[in-house]
Amino acid sequence: MEKRLKYYFPIFALPTLLAFLVAFLIPFILGMYLSFTEFTTVMDAKWVGLSNYAKAFGNKEFINALWFTGKFTVVSVITINICAFALALLLTRGLKGSNLFRTVFFMPNLIGGIVLGYIWQLIINGILFKFGVTLTYDPKYGFWGLVVLMNWQLIGYMMIIYIAGIQNVPPELIEAAKIDGAGPLRILRNVIIPMIMPAITICLFLTISNSFKLFDQNLALTAGAPSRKTAMLALDIFNTFYGKAGWEGVGQAKAVIFFILVAVIAFAQLIFTRSKEVES
Amino acid sequence: MKKRLMSLMLCVLMLSAMLVGCSNAPAATEDKGQAAAAVKEIYFLNFKPEIAPIYDSIAKDYEAETGVKVKVVTAAAGTYETTLKSEIAKTDAPTIFQINGPVGYESWKDYTADLKNSKLYSFLSDKSLAVKSGEGVYGIPYVVEGYGIIYNNAIMQKYFALADKAVAISSADEIKNFDTLKAVVEDMSKHKEQLGIKGAFASTSLKSGEQWRWQTHLANLPLYYEFKDNTQYDNTVMAGLAADKIDFKYANNYKNIFDLYINNSASDRKLLGSKSVDDSMAEFALGNVAMVQNGNWAWSQIKNVEGNTVKEEDIKFMPIYTGVAGEEKQGLCIGTENYFAINSKVSQEKQDASIAFLEWLFSSEKGKKYVTQDLGFIAPFNTFGENEKPADPLAKEVMNWMGKDATSVAWTFAAFPSEDFKNYFGDALLEYAQGSKTWEEVVKVVVDSWASERAK
Repeated sequence: MEKRLKYYFPIFALPTLLAFLVAFLIPFILGMYLSFTEFTTVMDAKWVGLSNYAKAFGNKEFINALWFTGKFTVVSVITINICAFALALLLTRGLKGSNLFRTVFFMPNLIGGIVLGYIWQLIINGILFKFGVTLTYDPKYGFWGLVVLMNWQLIGYMMIIYIAGIQNVPPELIEAAKIDGAGPLRILRNVIIPMIMPAITICLFLTISNSFKLFDQNLALTAGAPSRKTAMLALDIFNTFYGKAGWEGVGQAKAVIFFILVAVIAFAQLIFTRSKEVES
Repeated sequence: MKKRLMSLMLCVLMLSAMLVGCSNAPAATEDKGQAAAAVKEIYFLNFKPEIAPIYDSIAKDYEAETGVKVKVVTAAAGTYETTLKSEIAKTDAPTIFQINGPVGYESWKDYTADLKNSKLYSFLSDKSLAVKSGEGVYGIPYVVEGYGIIYNNAIMQKYFALADKAVAISSADEIKNFDTLKAVVEDMSKHKEQLGIKGAFASTSLKSGEQWRWQTHLANLPLYYEFKDNTQYDNTVMAGLAADKIDFKYANNYKNIFDLYINNSASDRKLLGSKSVDDSMAEFALGNVAMVQNGNWAWSQIKNVEGNTVKEEDIKFMPIYTGVAGEEKQGLCIGTENYFAINSKVSQEKQDASIAFLEWLFSSEKGKKYVTQDLGFIAPFNTFGENEKPADPLAKEVMNWMGKDATSVAWTFAAFPSEDFKNYFGDALLEYAQGSKTWEEVVKVVVDSWASERAK
């Protein structure tokens, strides 16, 4: 059996490996190479070394986008995870209609990014109309609009993951804790949370990377208005690439910096929370 | 034993499915290759979404006549450069594409074929309009367009018939300078209810991607005058291209007309960040406003709005007056930003087939009919006779103004440094309209962006 597995393994893995190579690995390596060149289309590239990176860091829109994305990620990650966890706790008490609630809370996740952005733009503009302004009046409106939108979309998804995690906590542990005289808060802190650490790892990772990489919703909600102040990193890279002739390489350099940033933060988070996981 | 046989059969089935796909592919491409030699296919990347469906009929007719297939793909508004960038890197790249003038040529000069020996170039009535570099010709303009203030004469006449109007003139064509325009517009705003309109002007669309009427078209006027003052050049585009920095001398003139637009429109000035060009044209078409700034290409958009109340005989053009000295003789802003270029990196036969298609479109009877009646282009070619000009009312008005004793304002925005410059200008205008930037700050943004974008 083992021999057969080793024999047929490449045939089964090959299609997926090819797809991964073509759709991910090759563009990735090509992108890293192009970030050191000046090019118009991917075919005619001229090597220029690190000048693209220098231009990227000197570009104040990039720095602004970095700050904006950082703030957005911190706020979103905290609000999404706390709300999702609270909802998960509520919906694992065996209340009547929990299944219905879980389905309804998950549904916002099914709507795609661009459509969601436009719908929320209409809603927020409609509310702000009463105050005589639009979403583009102040970057703060754009910021909070994006936070609300992200929360609306991701809370359901994270909630499902937390529910799965909570349901996997062996009830004997909780009973044992109750017998030892622990109150509900104690149980939460010392029994439930350590046991669902894997779920917390996943949820934190997903929210951090989704918040950093946000593009569709940003484009549809504000498109960076006013004056690119609400442009997040992905939108800024997009704008750099298409904004002026000769800066495509700089856009690519920004993309490489972006990748390194997200990878470092995500891995750091993964290592930290993985170390807190506890074997049941 | 049976299980092993089953799993072996499944593996063979899967492998054969893959191999079937593999063996078909070379045969298929060989067939296509032979077919491609006989039935050529050319690929046109269209810039104007307003007339995209018409190109489908043109392609069908051309294929019926010559057997050459014309693939027409239209880029959505504001996405032409991004679409072209990705399409041109493919093996099936566009064979005909557009550049917007000398600045666009700089980005695409490695991809444009020299057209100086083509018949198409010889058709041009004014050869100085083409995009040239050294001895070669790389961009051929295919449509002359004009823009200005489009007004609904029915509403204007209703205003001039009012007993308590504040001006002495009695018709819209007597408005010959900014002061008169301002007086008329502000008075019309006062009499909004009586005239049954929501505002004198349509909303100044400042949504992202919808600002081109202000950061390109309207910005043309002050910069045209600034570059005209530079007597070293006899062409404002050349003067603009040579300018490393601008003073934005005529900024106050821009402010004059811009303030008039945003303070007398159907929307409050703080809400303009959510308005698109479609919204403004719809306001005009439904008779909710009397005037809108746009060009002759807008006629099909106005005509197709459901509930359109504007009649062909009521729609007219007025020059955009800004308070510059001598503007009584100013006409509409006329020029072109649409130049055909042929992709020099595709095969010679595809290039020839593409040029042949364009020559057919602008010189054959069928092609010319499409151009004047359906596309509504005022084509700058000598193949068009006197009676082969477009019949739509706005195009007629443009030709009317071209013939009048008035100096048309040449399209100078071909000399603007980059898309980003225009976007920065537009973003600053939005903040000015919302009240978060002062006019001095807008001027600073314009002057600084010009210098920094030009330096790049």
